[in-house]
Parts: sequence; C-alpha cells; structure tokens
Amino acid sequence: MDIVTELFSNLSLGFGTAALPVNIGFCFLGVLLGTLIGVLPGIGPTATIAMLLPITFNFEPATSLIMLAGIYYGAQYGGSTTAILINLPGESSSAVTAIDGYQMARQGRAGPALATAALGSFFAGSVATILIALFAPPLTEIALKFGPAEYFSLMMLGLVASVALASGSVLKALGMVVIGLLLGLVGSDVNTGAQRFTMGFLELADGLNFVALAVGVFGIAEILRNLENESDREVMVKKVTNLWPSKEDFKAMIAPTLRGTALGSVLGILPGGGAVLSSFAAYTVEKRISKTPERFGKGAIEGVAAPESANNAGAQTSFIPMLTLGIPANPVMALMIGAMIIQGIQPGPNVATEKPELFWGLIASMWIGNLMLVLLNLPLIGLWVRLLTVPYTMLFPAIVAFCCIGVYSVNSNAFDLYAVAAFGLLGYVLVKLDCEPAPLLLGFVLGPMLEENLRRAMTISRGDPTVFVTRPLSATLLLIAVAVLVITFLPAVRAKRDEVFQEEA
Amino acid sequence: MQANYRDVAAGGVFIAIAGLFALGTLDLRIGTALRMGPGYFPLVLAGVLALIGAIILIKAIGRPSASFGEVSWRGSALILIAPIVFGLTVRWLGLAPSVALAVLIASFASRRSTVKLAVILTLTLTVFCVVVFQKMLGVPIPIFAGPLDSLNAVVAPVFALFGV
Repeated sequence: MDIVTELFSNLSLGFGTAALPVNIGFCFLGVLLGTLIGVLPGIGPTATIAMLLPITFNFEPATSLIMLAGIYYGAQYGGSTTAILINLPGESSSAVTAIDGYQMARQGRAGPALATAALGSFFAGSVATILIALFAPPLTEIALKFGPAEYFSLMMLGLVASVALASGSVLKALGMVVIGLLLGLVGSDVNTGAQRFTMGFLELADGLNFVALAVGVFGIAEILRNLENESDREVMVKKVTNLWPSKEDFKAMIAPTLRGTALGSVLGILPGGGAVLSSFAAYTVEKRISKTPERFGKGAIEGVAAPESANNAGAQTSFIPMLTLGIPANPVMALMIGAMIIQGIQPGPNVATEKPELFWGLIASMWIGNLMLVLLNLPLIGLWVRLLTVPYTMLFPAIVAFCCIGVYSVNSNAFDLYAVAAFGLLGYVLVKLDCEPAPLLLGFVLGPMLEENLRRAMTISRGDPTVFVTRPLSATLLLIAVAVLVITFLPAVRAKRDEVFQEEA
Repeated sequence: MQANYRDVAAGGVFIAIAGLFALGTLDLRIGTALRMGPGYFPLVLAGVLALIGAIILIKAIGRPSASFGEVSWRGSALILIAPIVFGLTVRWLGLAPSVALAVLIASFASRRSTVKLAVILTLTLTVFCVVVFQKMLGVPIPIFAGPLDSLNAVVAPVFALFGV
C-alpha cells in the first residue's frame, strides 16, 4: 500500500473513533476546560490534567486521552486571550504574545490580534495533525527495532535535551532531572523486590504516587508562588469589537504563520521543547528577519501570528515521541503516559499496532478539537473577557479542593494527600531557588524505565558497558546527547540561549 | 563573604537530597555492573547529584547576592495544611465535611480574605464538589461517613429534588 492510501485509511479510522458522540463530547469538554484554565490565573494545563487524570479512569482509554489532550492544546488558545487583553500570559507559552498582542489591544486592535492568534493556531494545529499522521508510523517502525541499550541511550538523549532546552541554569536543570530519577526509584525494586527508600511506609511500596507529585509540584507550589504578591487584573478592553482582521493584516500574517508553524513543529518534537520554547524561538526569528524590527514591541501583527502558531504546532507535535516511543517530551506528555499506564496500555511503539483506533482517534480528535477551539474562542470572546477578572482570592480554594479530591480518588489513600503537601513544599522551595520543576517530572517518569533498560542491557552484554557505544543506533543517540550537552555549555551558545528566553523582559 | 545565596542554597539542597538517598542505599545490595543490585543505580545517581550540587555551590561564591523574594508564610502554611486536613478527615467524616474544611482553611491563605468570603466559598464549593464529583462523576467517596453517617439520609431528598 502506498503512503497516501495508508494515510487516508488510518485517518478515516481515526475520524471514525473521534467522531463518536461520546468522544466528540469529551473532546469539547477538554478544549472548553483548556480554554478556561488558559484564561484563569494561576492554574495551568499540567496541574489540571494531573487533577483530572484519576477521574478519567472509568472512561474508555481513547475518550480519556482525547479529553486530556484537549485540555493541553485548548490552554494554548485561552492563554493567548489573557496575553493580548491584559498583558498577563495565562500560559507561559503565550508570554511572548503579550509583548505585541497587548500593544495591539491598546491601539484598539484587540479583535484582529485575537483573531490572528486563533486563526494562526488553527492553521498550525491542522498542519501539525497531518505531520503526526505522516511521521508517527515510520518512527514506530524504527522504535520496534530498539533493544534495551537503544532505549537507554534514547532516554539519556531525551533527558539531556530537556535540560538543554529548559530556561535558566543548565546545572540546576540537570540536578532536577537527577532528583526526579531518584524519586522515581522509590518503592519496590522490580528485579529483586527489595524495598527502596520507603522508610518503612507500606504506602510507598508501589512507589510515590505520580498524581500526588504532579499536583504538589505544579498545582500547590504554584498557589504558594501566587500568594507572594496578590494583585488584581485590570482589563482595559471591556468589549471586543471588529474581530475580523483587515486585508493588510491577513497579508502580513501569512508568512509569519507559516514560519511559526514550521519552527514550532520541529521544536515540539524535541524533548523539553513543546509549546514554550517554540513561541520564544518563533518571536526571536520574526524580529531578526523583519525589515522593520523596530515595530516589534509596538503592536506588530507578526509578533502575534508567529509565536501563537508556533506554540500550537509545538504543543501538538510533542505528541509524536510520546505516541511512538513512549517517551515524554514535556510534563504534560509525562501525564499522558501516566494516563495510558493507568488504563492498562503499555506506552511505546506497540500502541499504534495494537490500539490503532486509540492512536489514530487521538490524532484525528486534535483536528476536531482545534476546529472547536476557533468556534469557542472567536464568537464567544465576550464570555472569556468576563472570566478574565475572576479574582484569585476566589480561585485558589477551588484549586485546592479539586487537587484533594483528584489525588484521593487515585487509590483512596490518605497518605497521598500528605505527599501532596510535602511535594508542594519541595516544589516551592526549589522554584524559589530558581530550579524549574519540569525536568524533575520527566526524570520521575523515566527513572524506572531508565534503570530497567540499563540493567537489562548490562545483563545481555555480560557486564560489558561498551554495549552502548558498539551498537550503532545506541552509539549515535549517545553521541547526539553528548554533543547537545557540550554545545549547551559553550559560552556563545549559552549567551544565545539566555537571549531567547529573555525576550519577554 | 559575598555569595549568591540563592545558588548556595540550591547547591546545599541538592547535596542534602543526594545525602539522604545515599544513606538510603546503605541497607541495599549494591552489586556489580554485570549484576546490578537494587542500590547500584540510585547510588550512582546520588553521586552525580552531589557533584552537581557541589559545582553550583562553588560557582555561587563571589557572585553578587540575589534576594529570595517575598514569601507569604501564613498563606503557605495554610495551603499546605489544607490537603493534610482533607486526608485526615475524608475517610472518617466523608467527602462533604473534608472538602468544607480544606476550602475553609485554604480561603484564609489570602491576605485579602474575609470571613464572609470564606464562608460563601466554603458553602458553594462544597456543594459544587459533591454534585460534580460524587453525583455526576461517580467518585466513590461517601458524602458523609462515620459519626455523620445519618446526615446522608437528610441530604438525599434534597438531591432527589434536583434530580441528581
């Protein structure tokens, strides 16, 4: 069968699953929730997905993943609304959109800015959906040939890349990965059954609760950070009129949207990349190649179109490594892997062959979800504007309540709630010390897999550590990992890296 | 001595965590590279973490100091206590009382909270959580439990009235 026919038969299978009424319904619920948390202050997709994860246990696997995915890319749309209207990014991936989007709003062009963001995101989402459909099957083929040594090297590469692409100090990010790996090892050792680091707690025999960790570090710690200085949000634009961009606007946004989509799609696949890095990089590129860079920061429509398409493309293509290799590119993907494991699905290359309806249904649902988001965000913008000003004082007690119920319903264990408090404290202390929590969660998910593959590879090679460099595929992956690490520490690259992340200042 | 105390603290925390995990491997078999025991991989990781912490610490010395920023001590304490109280009460008293307690405690974390706002939030959120999570999503936690069990019979007709 040639590639095109195969693609069409796969996609039709996917749309068949995604168009089931129950899946359409939960896809809608997901993107609605995503937009909502994108608009509301102080709660992001990671915490929301972590809280809702346990509640999706009773759903069909496809339905549950479709909804959780909708929350993630829905948040990209909602985040841009707050960025444009009140100069506060609802999501970190919309931080750069605020620079020019807010200026456009101040010039009375909030409508075109919002439309640019939504249409750019929709275009990027559609392209990224096709990219996933095209690239997922061949990657799955390659992944099926992987042995333990290759998997170990691939995960090393993933972790190193997530460190290189994190914002802030490389050393601290490395340390956070290692802490995550160590926390992931708590519990019974798979090979010997020995209890590790459980301090005698029976509750820890199965390891630390993944949901409790994510909720603590991303939900509770975030509240503590927001309590430091509470301020009201002021909405300058009470009513958005003239939504539709002019002909000139359309002309000006086509090229940046295309570039943003391309850049976001590539960066999204990289571990640690995803939406945040994509938007920063796209903005930097636009400013650099623009004939009139002085317009940036003063309401340039390119400064909205490019990062918004890039963050949506990146959010979407970050599903590729998760779906094909079972390796998360960012914390949200780590949670999606957690959702699969809870549903009894072994993440990895086998998902595409054993659960094609889930695999393709999820991909197809993304396009449907993106379409819903355009409809949700443009005509209903007035509703979201009203929600922008919900005071944080009223919000965080609700977040606390949802966190508690969500975590407790995982396995009806009060111990997990004490863990939430402990991880909330740990997460807050680390954030205060400029340590990004994202690499920690990636390490936590990969820790057990990494150890398992390391031990297996060493047993197969009879204790010969050169196995990682004599197998060509493994050697290549490790070589890339080392190269990435070395490049990150080069002074010139470090300066550039800081520059990309400092655009918002 | 001048130092970036934020980085000094980060290095210190890393070394402390590494130390705790290294201590934890004491009663585990380390094994060899061929037959790795349960302690092998964690011990290697703890070593790496301690090394990273030490480098961060050394690099911080002599750098201009950075402030830790503001901390809402009372607010943080209350937010961290809320899930613990929920955990202590949920099995004993049921979903409604434990949610109410957690929300009530959390509402006072804000510097701007008032008693009136806290009470309103507690009531609305408790009803909302019971309806959405217990009634609609079927989370298997009884609304009232233990000593408050008899209250279930009181609220049941109210829910029946609204068809949930």
